[in-house]
Amino acid sequence: MDYILTDQQQEIRKLVRSFMEKKVKPYINEYERNSEFPVALHKEAFEIGLHGFEIPREFGGTNVGYKTSAVIYEELGKIDAGFALTICATNLALKPVLISGTQAQKALFSRLILEGGYASFGLTEPNAGSDAASISTVAVRDGDEYVLNGSKCFITNGAYANVYTILALTDPSKGARGLTAFIVERDRTGISVGKEEDKMGIRTSNTVEVVLQDVCVPVENRLGEEGQGFKIAMKTLDISRPFVGNIAVGMAQRALDEAVAYAKQRVTFGQPIANYQAIQFMLADMAIKVDTARQMCVHAVDLLEAGLPMSKEAAIAKCYSTDILVDVASDAIQVLGGYGYMKEYPVEKILRDSKIFQIFEGTNQIQRMVVSGALLK
Amino acid sequence: MNILVCVKQVPDTTEIKIDPVTNTLIRAGVPSIVNTFDSYALEQAVRLKEKYGGAVTVICMGPPQAKAAIRECLSKGADRGYLISGKEFSGSDTLATSYILARTVARLEKEWGAFDLILCGKQAIDGDTGQVGPEMAEHMKIAQVTFVSEVLSVEASAVTVRRDNEDREEIVQAYLPAVVTVVKSAAEPRFPSFASIIDTWDAEIPVITPADIETGGERIGLNGSPTKVKKTFTPQFVKKGVVIREKSPKDSALKLLSLMSDKALV
Amino acid sequence: MFEEYKNLWVYIEVMDGKAKNVGLELLNPGRRLADQNAEKLVAVVVGNDVEHIAKQAIAYGADEAIIVDSDIFDYYDTDLFTSAFESLILKYKPSTLLIGATNNGRDIGPRLACRLKTGLTADCTGLDIDSESGNIAWTRPAFGGNLMATILCPNTRPQIGTVRPGVFKKGTKDDTRSGRIIREDIVIPESVRKTKLLEVIREAAGAAVNLEDAQIIVSGGRGLGKAENFSYVRELAAALGATVGSSRAAVDAGWIPYAHQVGQTGKTVMPKLYFACGISGAIQHLAGMSSSDKIIAINKDPNAPIFKVADYGIVGDLFEVLPVLTTEIKRMRGA
Repeated sequence: MDYILTDQQQEIRKLVRSFMEKKVKPYINEYERNSEFPVALHKEAFEIGLHGFEIPREFGGTNVGYKTSAVIYEELGKIDAGFALTICATNLALKPVLISGTQAQKALFSRLILEGGYASFGLTEPNAGSDAASISTVAVRDGDEYVLNGSKCFITNGAYANVYTILALTDPSKGARGLTAFIVERDRTGISVGKEEDKMGIRTSNTVEVVLQDVCVPVENRLGEEGQGFKIAMKTLDISRPFVGNIAVGMAQRALDEAVAYAKQRVTFGQPIANYQAIQFMLADMAIKVDTARQMCVHAVDLLEAGLPMSKEAAIAKCYSTDILVDVASDAIQVLGGYGYMKEYPVEKILRDSKIFQIFEGTNQIQRMVVSGALLK
Repeated sequence: MNILVCVKQVPDTTEIKIDPVTNTLIRAGVPSIVNTFDSYALEQAVRLKEKYGGAVTVICMGPPQAKAAIRECLSKGADRGYLISGKEFSGSDTLATSYILARTVARLEKEWGAFDLILCGKQAIDGDTGQVGPEMAEHMKIAQVTFVSEVLSVEASAVTVRRDNEDREEIVQAYLPAVVTVVKSAAEPRFPSFASIIDTWDAEIPVITPADIETGGERIGLNGSPTKVKKTFTPQFVKKGVVIREKSPKDSALKLLSLMSDKALV
Repeated sequence: MFEEYKNLWVYIEVMDGKAKNVGLELLNPGRRLADQNAEKLVAVVVGNDVEHIAKQAIAYGADEAIIVDSDIFDYYDTDLFTSAFESLILKYKPSTLLIGATNNGRDIGPRLACRLKTGLTADCTGLDIDSESGNIAWTRPAFGGNLMATILCPNTRPQIGTVRPGVFKKGTKDDTRSGRIIREDIVIPESVRKTKLLEVIREAAGAAVNLEDAQIIVSGGRGLGKAENFSYVRELAAALGATVGSSRAAVDAGWIPYAHQVGQTGKTVMPKLYFACGISGAIQHLAGMSSSDKIIAINKDPNAPIFKVADYGIVGDLFEVLPVLTTEIKRMRGA
């Protein structure tokens, strides 16, 4: 038993699982092979509401709650990391708006997501990854507008988003405390999307550079007050981290399932390899890791739902889930032996997809800083 | 249009296993689903509602947990659902079941007016008889068309359908009201959406009891069932076949062909 | 209790002026059951210009034939045919009626049984006499073939069953056999009709994959791995002049259209040869093809359930075995 769910939660999980199995799984490898963003598959996902499950009901979404969202992310991760991240990144961009936006801003952002399907979170820059304070994109106040200049890199969904949440410096002298968050609609003049990254994995996810050249946004698009951007971003990441963990758990579960199925039918020296203790112990260790990771993500989400502080737990959930993901994916290939290395089988992709999970959404080194910071307060 | 869909909640027979010791079905832990063919029937019904307007009513005979099947139909476009349940109904074979369903239709028509079209799945994947739909039509003395892959159009007094008939297809027109049984080559059932699951979750599903359909005991349950189960058993597959496992696949293939040509099979 | 109900009837369904095979097949078990009960075996033919079919039925073992022969019965119609049978049964009171479980057979069976308020058992694969009661013991699969049930109809007459085509084989034909052919003129008013046939499409998309009549079928399953690998199956099928079939797993994975699916929720087939390639042999699949004369399985898993029903099984990699079979068969056929 993985999650303890209500009947309604189970029904929603059933919907997502059957959708992914039927509508995405049979076709995703073709997109992966061509490194193509699966527009058609996402369109079908929109029809069942997969782009709106974190949007509040009053703004046209279905807001299923954190626990159900966690379950959904795991189901998405089981089938394709890129697909899962596309949806996760849209919701990542939404979170700052839900945390600090006005009703009008929430309504605007929600509408834009529901219309087009995607949003992007614009924090990272070539010189500012872990060191968010080194951001150099600026937002200069001009009357009742801000003018934004700068460039963001490694932006998920960048080429497809209808709207971006951009972090820019309104006061460069203050460092991190000079950051402000803005809603920037795609159709504002001056936004351009640069080259698409050619990645090791998550190749069905769109990762691009986004350049802002004299992009004007009205004051109404500023989230919260000037200087609140860093705090909003950190709170956003806290909430989002367990979900990244859930995606990782889904991917790891898939890898484990493939390894188990293979071990039962692969015969060497006259027996299925599942009869050998060496394999049994490998599979057991993989399962121990996956189940433990899942429960850590569930715990972080439980704290979130209860309104309790959860930065440390979120960091542990993300760090642990993604670290074990890489191990489990590698072990799954080992169990499948030579076949595991071939693209014809699904496990090598999981390993290629997995590495980035130790890096984005806060590197696992940053996660350890959060944990040690909490311990040594 | 006033459309009725009959659904059954069944165990997912692809998940059923046989207990090797007792040789009986292991039903515990097998998920319950809306009968596969009934999902296709519901899809046809909802498409017709979208095309012609009207409402889709779902009825389902079963124990209390079958409400989950009705709820699933509501999340996929049905407007209302009724559970038909009562211990006097148990033991009903297809003749008794179809009678109960026909009496339920009569009862519901008092509230919703006459139904134009009654859609059923071709067969239930547990019983596998395919009899209830046509028997319902006979009880109600209305038209039936079986093995329908598509309801093409509905006019004032007739429905035109495409029927699968083995090596051919037939375009058949049936006078309304009619019972239509639907096959799997019909349009894929749609997914529900997050919104439809949430919006229909708390819908009231009234229960229709034996008292509601004014039937004496003689035509329902075991009393009303001319067929009786003498015994059940699990099929044993013991074929003395030849298993070929030569050194190489090529040798295996050639051995197969030589054995088969000896018997003049190729 | 039912002294007045006598004789075993077999419905000989007619299509395109010919008897459907299943009707003639059923005369075989029909003969056995009729003899056991010391009853007559009567063939019932409803159609247009069908005397030759009545003669054919007698050659295949019927003692007598009743024909309802008129142009209104030229093509199957639920209400006309049900009414015709109802008249015949009320007049002659047979104890038993066997109907081939074709689509039309499974259409008329329940309608008729309900009209007569009697019991119907569907899709039977076994027919016997229950020694305790003397009733027909109808054996048939349920739960997708996971369970077999033996059914009796002890309290009503006639006992009716639809029987799966291909389970029983036709007996030997003896053209020297003779028997009475009774013509029944049944007048049925047009108002009885509730449906109208508008068109028959013989080359329709679904009908083009004619698995039900295929003599040789080559089916692919999950073991093929991906859609493109159906080419292995298609090439062998082409070499054999066979129709391509599929397990449900391959259809669900989107590798091949549903029209090719064999099994409980797909087509039921009864070819002379059935090749199951990369198919594990789930009960629901067996439900659709177990009537095949000879089953040849190719699977790399020696424990696959398909080997329990296969006449010939190759434990091996289908990607290596199938091309060899294809090449050899082409050579044998002098391609």
